[in-house]
Amino acid sequence: MNDVSSDTRTVVIEREFSHAPDKLWRALTQPHLIEEWLMKNDFSPVVGHRFNLRGEWGGVLDCEVLVIEPNKTLSYTWDFAHEDAAFNLKSVVTFTLIPTRAGTHLRMEQSGFQPNQKQALGGAKHGWQQFISKLEQVLERS
Amino acid sequence: MPKVHDILFRTLADPTRRALFERLCQEGEQTVGALTARAGVSQPAVSKHLAALKQAGLVRDRHEGRETRYAAQLSALAPLMDWTKQMTGFWEKRFDALEDLLKRMDQ
Repeated sequence: MNDVSSDTRTVVIEREFSHAPDKLWRALTQPHLIEEWLMKNDFSPVVGHRFNLRGEWGGVLDCEVLVIEPNKTLSYTWDFAHEDAAFNLKSVVTFTLIPTRAGTHLRMEQSGFQPNQKQALGGAKHGWQQFISKLEQVLERS
Repeated sequence: MPKVHDILFRTLADPTRRALFERLCQEGEQTVGALTARAGVSQPAVSKHLAALKQAGLVRDRHEGRETRYAAQLSALAPLMDWTKQMTGFWEKRFDALEDLLKRMDQ
């Protein structure tokens, strides 16, 4: 097997929320709340629990809970299987909650993409829709 | 790299061709006949568009008996996608939704 670690890509998003960590934790770990901001799911806050995130575009992500530290750290795998290797994705999503005076600093890190990974999340349809809107922008400009 | 983009954009700039490609993306593999039935243009015209799509790597064909079946090659679009940028956009939007949710949870 090739060592892909040097090609691992990472996406980091950070944001300050004026809400306490325990409230943010609920939004990140209760299925009906997760559905409201992320995707439909059968999440359970138990290490080793396997679940799916179901996107509006019909794509299904395979996930497994890796870390549960209430009000502090939540980590799970975020894999997308696709017959076309260019769309395959194996990654890990980690949320870190840091209490601040005003509320919570939330950091989301997603990492572990294959070196040939160009596009993955929504699979075909999602990518296509984004592509079309991009294409339309280009066509309007030209 | 710009050259690859040029070919893809030029190939998909034609609305009829783009509609054919979109149908293959959404509905999966199809014969020229099935595509023609709903394309609004003649079969030779459809075949010509499919040949252009094939040349750009956007579709592949497969012969089955006397019929040729076409399928979209989504990986051809990969050069147009910057994964990291796309994923960042996804999470920014999700965080916006999370912020809205947290406000609602107060009520």
